[in-house]
Amino acid sequence: MAEQNGKSKTKLLDELEKGPWPSFVREIKKTSDVSPTCDDLLGQLELSYEERKGHWKHGGIVGVMGYGGGVIGRYSDVPEQFPKVAHFHTMRVNQPSGWFYTSDALRTLCGIWERHGSGLTNMHGSTGDIVFLGTKTDELEPTFAELTKAGFDLGGSGSCVRTPSACVGPARCEHACYDTLKLCNDLTHAYQDELHRPPFPYKFKFKCAGCPNDCVAAVARADLSIIGIWKDEIQQDDAAVAEYAAKGLDIQKNVCEQCPSKCMNWDGKKLTIENKDCVRCMHCINAMPKALRPGKERGAAILIGSKAPIVQGALLSSVLIPFVPEAELMETLKELVSRIWEFWDEYGKNRERVGELIQRVGMANFLDAIGLDPAPEMVTAPRDNPYIFFREEAAK
Amino acid sequence: MTPKPKRITDIGPPNYEKFLPPVVKRNYGQWKYHEILSPGVLVHVAESGEKLYTVRAASPRLLSVHTIRLFADLADKYCGGYLRFTSRNNVEFLLTDEKQIEPLKGDLAAAGYPVGGTGRTISNIVHTQGWVHCHSSATDASGLVKSMMDGLFPYFAEEKLPAKLRIAVACCLNMCGAVHCSDIAVLGVHRRPPKVRHDILPNVCEVPTLIASCPTGAIRPATVNGKQSVEVIEEQCMYCGNCYTVCPAMPLNDPDNDGISIWVGGKVSNARSTPKFTKLAIPFLPNNPPRWPEVVEAVEKIVTTYAEHAKPFERLGEWIERVGWPRFFQLTGFEFTRYHIDDFKHAGLTFARSAHLKF
Repeated sequence: MAEQNGKSKTKLLDELEKGPWPSFVREIKKTSDVSPTCDDLLGQLELSYEERKGHWKHGGIVGVMGYGGGVIGRYSDVPEQFPKVAHFHTMRVNQPSGWFYTSDALRTLCGIWERHGSGLTNMHGSTGDIVFLGTKTDELEPTFAELTKAGFDLGGSGSCVRTPSACVGPARCEHACYDTLKLCNDLTHAYQDELHRPPFPYKFKFKCAGCPNDCVAAVARADLSIIGIWKDEIQQDDAAVAEYAAKGLDIQKNVCEQCPSKCMNWDGKKLTIENKDCVRCMHCINAMPKALRPGKERGAAILIGSKAPIVQGALLSSVLIPFVPEAELMETLKELVSRIWEFWDEYGKNRERVGELIQRVGMANFLDAIGLDPAPEMVTAPRDNPYIFFREEAAK
Repeated sequence: MTPKPKRITDIGPPNYEKFLPPVVKRNYGQWKYHEILSPGVLVHVAESGEKLYTVRAASPRLLSVHTIRLFADLADKYCGGYLRFTSRNNVEFLLTDEKQIEPLKGDLAAAGYPVGGTGRTISNIVHTQGWVHCHSSATDASGLVKSMMDGLFPYFAEEKLPAKLRIAVACCLNMCGAVHCSDIAVLGVHRRPPKVRHDILPNVCEVPTLIASCPTGAIRPATVNGKQSVEVIEEQCMYCGNCYTVCPAMPLNDPDNDGISIWVGGKVSNARSTPKFTKLAIPFLPNNPPRWPEVVEAVEKIVTTYAEHAKPFERLGEWIERVGWPRFFQLTGFEFTRYHIDDFKHAGLTFARSAHLKF
């Protein structure tokens, strides 16, 4: 299909094979020996480029037996023209924590997808899954059987626990304040039923970030954001600080003056940190990773409620528990999550994320419902309006 | 009759530990510090003194099995078969022998997967499916990313910026990518309400679910030609596509009215300033495939203006907050319009409620 009568049939897409950045068009063309769907995928995409509109239809319930998610049904709206992509479903395959692989594991996945699908993937999808892009309904069960035999399982879709994800954590980062890979793996295994059989009003995402740099965007994209943090003092190596200064880092200007809590002082020789004023933003540690490190009393802050705009507008997560020691994280989360889900299940409306539910019923009512005491760390400031709904038992 | 083999389910992902290279296992949780040796190359030094070298290469995210096998072969050749992917879809090779870095970079460059994206660079653009695989996209994502990264390539390959700069593309308001908190967000937008397909609606949609899906309550039950259907109060529609996701009889794709909006100044990191949402820079640019020149030009304008004016370590949003939004619009030449003033929930919080003014 790439050529007809010596002329390319994908004139617009061919433009995107040029230039220094790796080309997705070339990736699609590479699969011409894997599956005949390649030609029709290119054809339909070229049509979209010509007409400036998409040609996929949403949904239809497809999946593997016993699961309510993990497969996204996709159909062409021009199937007569492109019959080979009339059905072009996506399978989400749960990635290993931190996206680590061996070459053998990757080859196993490639073999499975070459036998049963288009040979095209996303490494990875936005939530973190390995995405197998494009197959027919009757290939879903055989793909699933081969995946599980190889030790892989499907990820989440729909109103379920979505595939949790984690930053690289202690595997390769000196900032990790808890074991993000283990927590992500433990959470995923603990909630297999909720991940595969959608039980909720809408999706629920966990993201495990090892420090406040938040390389997995937990604060923006997770209903429950678990962000590593330390409680004691920043570990400081004065000789290494001096080394950074000697190498030309302007510590006064680029470290002290950019500190949001102005808790550092540099006298030209020694850096002094007023740790009780530190907000643990990571700036000084990022600027001098050889000299400064998170403290030794480590754990995580738990924040709740972030999401993209749909339905009631975007939200960032906000503080629910300021600090949980690493050793108590899994147990604390399991207890917390069961209470959150119980309340959300009862009061959440269809397609209402937990953050939106909190906006609707009020954080104080939500805290009552899940049995947490209010704390000043949860707000940037106390309320500034006097419309306080006093409870009967508080008034006489 | 032979019994059917037991069906395996709910096994979850494979344990990550079996994919960790030996050097990582030996030094797990014991890393002391890291340095950037060159763009795309990191060294992590452990308490034990062992070193781990990371070589980060670009990926289009949409990968064929052939390319994944190429990465696997390179991992076998240079690092004992161990590799990983990043949260921004780069591929990372994990080496213990420093001498292998340059040969690996050479092989990656020859195969068309250049190295970069660490430190004060533009790393890979996170993005969504677009016309390649999505039903509600107002634009393509992969083509936009390819066009922008071709133009911005020097900022990936070299550390030329005051701080890291993160770009994200989402092809509609559903935002499968975290564009609402990126330094620059390129967001596909629809501008006209869905056109109700009364002919098929009663057969393919549940009317109560459809009505409940609208965040602004713009969908009402209606009887059309004696059949149950819905009507859209057009003034209330902000084209989120939520109704189309639950009901395929509400298509809103429209070549002349769909296009791109550009947002700036978000971040997820807590470094210095708290995490922030992106804010509107340009409400609409046309879809102009295959290269989207208007979008590429606007994004390049933002990047070069930021590179020229921001202080070291300052993220795009931090720079704009310091100099003020009027100066951002003045320096970029982007027009400030009525669409830049928020009119959704909590809109008043973004009104300038002081006499702090710069001229």
